[in-house]
Amino acid sequence: MGDATARLEATEGSGGRVLAAHGRLDAAAAARLWPAAMRAAEGGVAALDLSGIETIDTAGAVLLLTAAPGAERRGAAPAVAAMLDRTERALATAPPAGAPPDWRPITDLGRATVGRARAAVRGIAFVGEALVTAGRVLARPRLLRVSDLLRHLDEVGTRAFPLTLLLGFLIGVILAYQSSIPLRRFGAEVFVPNLVGISLLRELGPLLAGVVLAGRTGSAFAAELGTMTVNEEVDALKIMGVDPTAMLVLPRLIAATLAMPVLALLMNLSGLAGMTLIMGTLGYPWAAVQAQLQQWLSLGDLMGGLFKAACFGLVIAAIGCRAGLSAGRGPRAVGDAATAAVVGGIVAIVVMDGVFAVLFFRLGI
Amino acid sequence: MSEPVIRAENLAVAFDGRTIFKDVTFEVRRGEIFVILGGSGCGKSTLLKALIGLVPLSAGHAFLLGEDLGALDDTARRALLRRIGVMWQSGALFGSMTLAENVELPLEEHTALPRPAREALARAKLGLVGLGDASARLPAEISGGMAKRAGIARAMALDPPLLFLDEPSAGLDPITSAGLDKLIREIARETGTTFVVVTHELQSILAIGDRCIMLDKQAQGMIAEGDPKRLRDESDHPTVRAFFRREAA
Repeated sequence: MGDATARLEATEGSGGRVLAAHGRLDAAAAARLWPAAMRAAEGGVAALDLSGIETIDTAGAVLLLTAAPGAERRGAAPAVAAMLDRTERALATAPPAGAPPDWRPITDLGRATVGRARAAVRGIAFVGEALVTAGRVLARPRLLRVSDLLRHLDEVGTRAFPLTLLLGFLIGVILAYQSSIPLRRFGAEVFVPNLVGISLLRELGPLLAGVVLAGRTGSAFAAELGTMTVNEEVDALKIMGVDPTAMLVLPRLIAATLAMPVLALLMNLSGLAGMTLIMGTLGYPWAAVQAQLQQWLSLGDLMGGLFKAACFGLVIAAIGCRAGLSAGRGPRAVGDAATAAVVGGIVAIVVMDGVFAVLFFRLGI
Repeated sequence: MSEPVIRAENLAVAFDGRTIFKDVTFEVRRGEIFVILGGSGCGKSTLLKALIGLVPLSAGHAFLLGEDLGALDDTARRALLRRIGVMWQSGALFGSMTLAENVELPLEEHTALPRPAREALARAKLGLVGLGDASARLPAEISGGMAKRAGIARAMALDPPLLFLDEPSAGLDPITSAGLDKLIREIARETGTTFVVVTHELQSILAIGDRCIMLDKQAQGMIAEGDPKRLRDESDHPTVRAFFRREAA
């Protein structure tokens, strides 16, 4: 506990200013006396009178050494002198931190751009490596661990079914309600199934299933592989001659690619179910809804959406695996990898969705 | 004889009815380096955690710096914990902070020192453990030995009279380990700090230990107490002899 009687006194002598310290100079006293010590030190302190110090700890020593660096020391008891010497030696080996680097926005922007570009190139190389490995697995199927593939299919697919069904149903309900309001003004409420059906099958089904996959599975892939990287398990695989891409990445890519169309289909069906329910409450029987859907939706809408979903699954899994395998060291690495997987996955599928929209428009799908 | 800094009376810890140790009684004197040793799984680290209140005792009392940690209210407990430092087995440095910021954290929490004072104090502590030039580095950027030394610097931030070190030499090469032993000796000699060191590294035990107790998994408690060198040379207990002579059980 701090000693309230600890104090500093500055006096002017013939040889310059003398700073006298009294009492128990511990951390509490140092905190209290710091501003006064710095004020007393302005203009320089020639000598420290240490004869009044009862005890001193490192904080007290730092106070005196900061206020009066290089000052002559007088009257120090052996323990006080030892503490000051020890702290002075330690501080001498630890220079103050330098000024932070200048803010250079153009340089920083350039570096960030180059860094992103390199990361993108490494990402493309990663996909290429995975494809080459897939080719090898086709030639030697036993390289693929079927048990791992089934486990991932279960985790990516079946365990995501409840969440997908719930989200899809709610999205269908929301879309039906929201679209019925403006369409009612024009007496066009009967076209709600057309709007919701096309939105779901072509865009929202695959996209929302992709968001579910990125948030639920992409992050899990990154965290699992990131932990394995941090624990040097990936290095151990390499040294054992086991290809980490074949053992760790490929089953996840295949599982996500296969599971995503199923998730998108479930999202579509549950969304349509939600929409049908709302149409029923608005006075439109199932037959009317069915007739609208049959008339306006084509197999191309469904298949185009499912194809997109498969592509989304592949890319989300690839981004998650790459984020995990390139995880850095330290406790933040796994968290950073999971964040990168989710953010990267969602951005990637939105960008891809835009590309597909243009492509499908040009192809007339 | 100096007054006891720690007095452990019939300590016992059990998890889910499984006894880890029982009837552990010893005293640690001011300024000594006290070693808790024993084979893997005998409860050394559990005993350390029980002493500092992280693991509940199923029986007995532990008095730290004259106070029964288990009987204190939150304020008194916080005041007592301010007077002890712990270096964890892995260093337990916070990965998002530089070494200097790690050392500053307890100063920020427990003192009213202004920022320049905290920074200078952190530099002094890191300088004391030979990391003066690494204060701006992150834990991920330093070696295991440096992390242990940084852990000691953080544990010493508030100049505690009592320091606990959990496996300080584990996983270190002999040279780094010997350097750490030397550092512990120097700090104990120069500052009068009392050390309680949990380890099973024979070289370290003999190099730094003033006194020790030995725990044994089979016995579920203490099987020896005294000067490590005397135990090595004079103990008749088969487990103690096997431990010091590195013999298979």
